[in-house]
Amino acid sequence: MARLNPWRWPVLGLAGLYFLTPLAASVVFTLDVPGQGVTFDAYTQIFSTDGFGSSLLLSLELAVATIAVVLLLTVPAMVALRLGAPRLRPVVEVVCSLPLVVPPIAFVAGIGTVLKWGPEHLSRTPLFQTLVAIQNPGFPVVLVLAYVVMALPFVFRALDAGLRSVDVPTLVEAARSCGAGRRQALVRVVLPNLRGALLNASFLTLALVLGEFTVAQLLGFQPFAVWIVNVSGAQAQLSVAVSVLSLLVTWALLLVLAGFGGRTRTASRG
Amino acid sequence: MTSTAVRVDVASAAEVRRRRRSLGGLAVVPLLAFTALAFGLPAVAMLDGAFTVRDPASGATSYTAGNLTASLRGAYLTALLGSVKLSAVSAGLAALLGLPLAQAVVTSRRRALREAVLTASGVLANFGGVPLAFAFVATLGNAGVLTRRFGLTDQGWDLYSFWGLVIVYLYFLIPLTVLTLTPALEGLRTQWREAAQNNGATPVQYWRHVALPVLLPSLLGALVLLFGSAFAAYATAAAMVGSSVPLVTLQIADALSGNVLVGQENVALALSLDMVLVAGLVMAVYLPLQRRSARWLA
Repeated sequence: MARLNPWRWPVLGLAGLYFLTPLAASVVFTLDVPGQGVTFDAYTQIFSTDGFGSSLLLSLELAVATIAVVLLLTVPAMVALRLGAPRLRPVVEVVCSLPLVVPPIAFVAGIGTVLKWGPEHLSRTPLFQTLVAIQNPGFPVVLVLAYVVMALPFVFRALDAGLRSVDVPTLVEAARSCGAGRRQALVRVVLPNLRGALLNASFLTLALVLGEFTVAQLLGFQPFAVWIVNVSGAQAQLSVAVSVLSLLVTWALLLVLAGFGGRTRTASRG
Repeated sequence: MTSTAVRVDVASAAEVRRRRRSLGGLAVVPLLAFTALAFGLPAVAMLDGAFTVRDPASGATSYTAGNLTASLRGAYLTALLGSVKLSAVSAGLAALLGLPLAQAVVTSRRRALREAVLTASGVLANFGGVPLAFAFVATLGNAGVLTRRFGLTDQGWDLYSFWGLVIVYLYFLIPLTVLTLTPALEGLRTQWREAAQNNGATPVQYWRHVALPVLLPSLLGALVLLFGSAFAAYATAAAMVGSSVPLVTLQIADALSGNVLVGQENVALALSLDMVLVAGLVMAVYLPLQRRSARWLA
């Protein structure tokens, strides 16, 4: 077994070539513009381009809201499953995995249909106002709802892995024996033990929301990913520059995550 | 006296357990209610819309299977088959190319290399979507760096084609392969190889008769997962090719936004239903395979 495999280095070298070339070429593409020589314009322009700030801000707001909602929904439910309702576990697991079966494009087709019920059937009921309110372009709540659903499978897996390594009932009982209230036991004992899993879930959700394009584009909103595509028609260099930057940011985030919780395990995304 | 105390204890313990259980049930309710609203409602709307047709004159709706048959005919069928073909080819290639890479990573004795490749795989598997499309447009697109330097256009290269998309898809599918296959490869015990060697087996024989049969469920599972991932991808293709390659996701988007024909929304919903059925099939194959392969990793 301890012999050297002569094919290992060619394999790794070829893989490195394939994976690094597009990144290097993108950097060259943004810096070396035909007819202009080497220029940093694409990067300096980013901040002054219309819509950059607002779309990035919208994406970040959506990410924060999505993370808050998805954790508030899943953490109490999954801790409770560990504490005293193991029979509900398969139900929750299936419900949280179902979004994997519905590709984002099919999901958004369904959401669009529901939103159209507003003007068609409900125009005289208060529900209509609700449907209009969740589509406010300033902060589209409907996107938060969609992203929470899309994040559920990943968050479920991340939290499940974290909970598996912690003996929740014993922790809670120990805390209660020491005189802690139920709430205190959960917030000050259980949650700190889940720090790695919570971070993992949050970063996966953050990456998902920042990169999400399908749902936002088809519902007609303009968060970051949609903005990059919209701006690419007029300014190719700029869109590639933003893509390079967003990749570096994602990379940094996932490295931070890897530093916090050991190796990152990620799942596929459409 | 003691016995009553014990009985009281037992009773209160049972009550605590019961209270806990009901509390557990309560904590699950918001999650289930939310999913029913935010996921169930659109899913039901999609199902309903896939089977309804609206008479444009009267506005009355009726149930029909016409949308589904329309979604399996003509340009829509071409797109569906195109998606299946693209996903199958890229998934197959990704598994074929990812397996040696994963094996090279697993057998490496340098921990730093292993960790670096696995972390990079985590990043790249997530690097789907829009940035990936633009990185490849800058590299191999019509005005891309490599295209201009090597004059690839004259040699018939076109990024906005079937094989162009395959190359782009491999960029996130190969890392996904590495991530899914690494645990299985780590499960191959050194002793098995040594035992095979002691019995006089060549490396080829070891792989054919020992390693591959053990890996088969994981490999098939990875293939299915890769297929599903490629099948559902939309952002990359939309940002890159527009509609020059027929894909079902692009067709749904076109039909939804009324780009091609007005009034195709219900066919788009029927196409979505087709996709859900394919994805459901993928999951139905994947889960048992995953459970089987997990046996060897224990």
